[in-house]
Amino acid sequence: MDIASFSLMRNELILVGIVLILLIAEIFTKKENKHKIITLGTVLFGVATLINFLPLAEGMLFGGSFQTTRMTMFMKSVLNLGVFIVFLQSVTWLKREENNEKISEFFILIISTLIGMNFMISSGDFLMMYIGIELATIPMAALAAFEKYSEKSAEAGIKLILTSALSSGILLYGLSFIYGTTGSIYFADCVVNINNNPLQTFGFVFFVAGMAFKISLVPFHLWTADVYEGAPINVTSYLSVVSKGAAAFTFMIILYRVFGSITKVWEPLLYTLAVATMTIGNLFALRQNNLKRFMAFSSIAQAGFILLGIMQGGELGMTTVVYFMLIYVFTNLAAFGVISAISEFSGKEEITDYNSLYKTNPKLSLILLLALFSLAGIPPVAGFFSKFFLFAAAGAKGYYILILIAVLNATVSLYYYLRVVKAMLIDHSDTPIATFKTPWPMRISLLICVAGIFVIGFASAIYEYISSISFGIN
Amino acid sequence: MLQGIPITSVLIVSAFMFFAGVCGFIIRRNMITILMSIELILNAVNINMVVFNKFLFPDQLQGQFFALFIVGIAAAEASVAIALVINIYRRLNSISVDKVNEMKY
Repeated sequence: MDIASFSLMRNELILVGIVLILLIAEIFTKKENKHKIITLGTVLFGVATLINFLPLAEGMLFGGSFQTTRMTMFMKSVLNLGVFIVFLQSVTWLKREENNEKISEFFILIISTLIGMNFMISSGDFLMMYIGIELATIPMAALAAFEKYSEKSAEAGIKLILTSALSSGILLYGLSFIYGTTGSIYFADCVVNINNNPLQTFGFVFFVAGMAFKISLVPFHLWTADVYEGAPINVTSYLSVVSKGAAAFTFMIILYRVFGSITKVWEPLLYTLAVATMTIGNLFALRQNNLKRFMAFSSIAQAGFILLGIMQGGELGMTTVVYFMLIYVFTNLAAFGVISAISEFSGKEEITDYNSLYKTNPKLSLILLLALFSLAGIPPVAGFFSKFFLFAAAGAKGYYILILIAVLNATVSLYYYLRVVKAMLIDHSDTPIATFKTPWPMRISLLICVAGIFVIGFASAIYEYISSISFGIN
Repeated sequence: MLQGIPITSVLIVSAFMFFAGVCGFIIRRNMITILMSIELILNAVNINMVVFNKFLFPDQLQGQFFALFIVGIAAAEASVAIALVINIYRRLNSISVDKVNEMKY
């Protein structure tokens, strides 16, 4: 192994470099200049995002522990894009007086978790996967408790760290049995010895339970709503999009690469999880009034749809899941961007506060309308295509009853998405949120999101590219 | 060496530890005790890893390495968790999980 082969870890190494630069910058900037770190961090990260689009050779490092394929590169690019949009959206929030001391912490913590997610996706053995998961969750708890003087934020932090510690314990207990029955922690060596051994199935169920915590599937979702509500809104958008996406990608890759031969075991498991997740997520979203909590349950329901694609088990499944996540990044971040801008301006986060929003802030409410339509899956916007492909993938495998349940759930989800739209467009309020001008970084991020919502649905080249690089169970 | 001790005995001990940890996580009300329960779970995993390594695959050390990494990461996790517990104590003057109930359902 020579130095040049380390270029396979290009994205991770660049991100580590950014973390180091930000640490040094934090030491050498005076107190009144701290806000310059925002520009530094965002620009550096934007460059890293662009660099990651450049092609790179495929290969593996450390005896197969770390793997780079075009698929993992693309997944990392999706996550990078999401993080870049989150950075743009949090500029105003970071410029607040109380956050002045914590600007570089925000960037360093987010980029650290992103490095962890990259290692999760690229992992070639269970040890690397575990380290990646931990690197992605431990700083996340610090991020959730970012607002030091808010009780809700502290509560979110402790709930996140305790549940994620339990979930990684459960995951590890499962992994120990998988190691015991296969004799290796490397995916490539494991896969030979995967069979229907009862002890192995026992371990596998624990493994799925641990991963389901991270993707917040029902019945392992109880932390999600509380953490999403308590955490600062930009952290929430990061959690709901990037963190969930990385966990779903990792889960899918490991299921396909390691457990491909025991589809009989995980099909009924994922079937039940998918039905429970979609139904409970949607039903609980109906009764929420806080928008952050509402988005939390909406994201739980969307995770159920992702399982449909994962269950397909072939190239088609992986293509649709990655495509769904790509669109989900833009859609959910558009919605969170609007919620964040309004919360930043007025501090209001309830659905009833949005009454008559269209009269005072027509552009913002149009963007929120588009995002919610896309989340619900209404035709002209990209969300329709992603959902359609997911259902088609499940249909190719013959899960017609599951599709029926999913479509019914999509109909239920229309009700609560349109409830927000109704509040904005129809409901009257005597004290609507006043007209305000969104700051320019937020406007750029919303523009990117809206462009994504429209373009990705119609640009079939993107779908075909994902299709050409995806792999299934062989 | 574990002469004369069958692998199942050790696995039963570790399974007992694991479920004691899960049980403790659920029924205990003090956050520090909950953290101790999590340590119990992780140590059960460590025992499993080392035992499988020692009894079944003694030619390679993957399981023991895994256990070492788990010990290290558990320390990192506990340090962050304790920092957050201190933060909770400052806000609420209590580290009982019953007090952390501002957000529900």
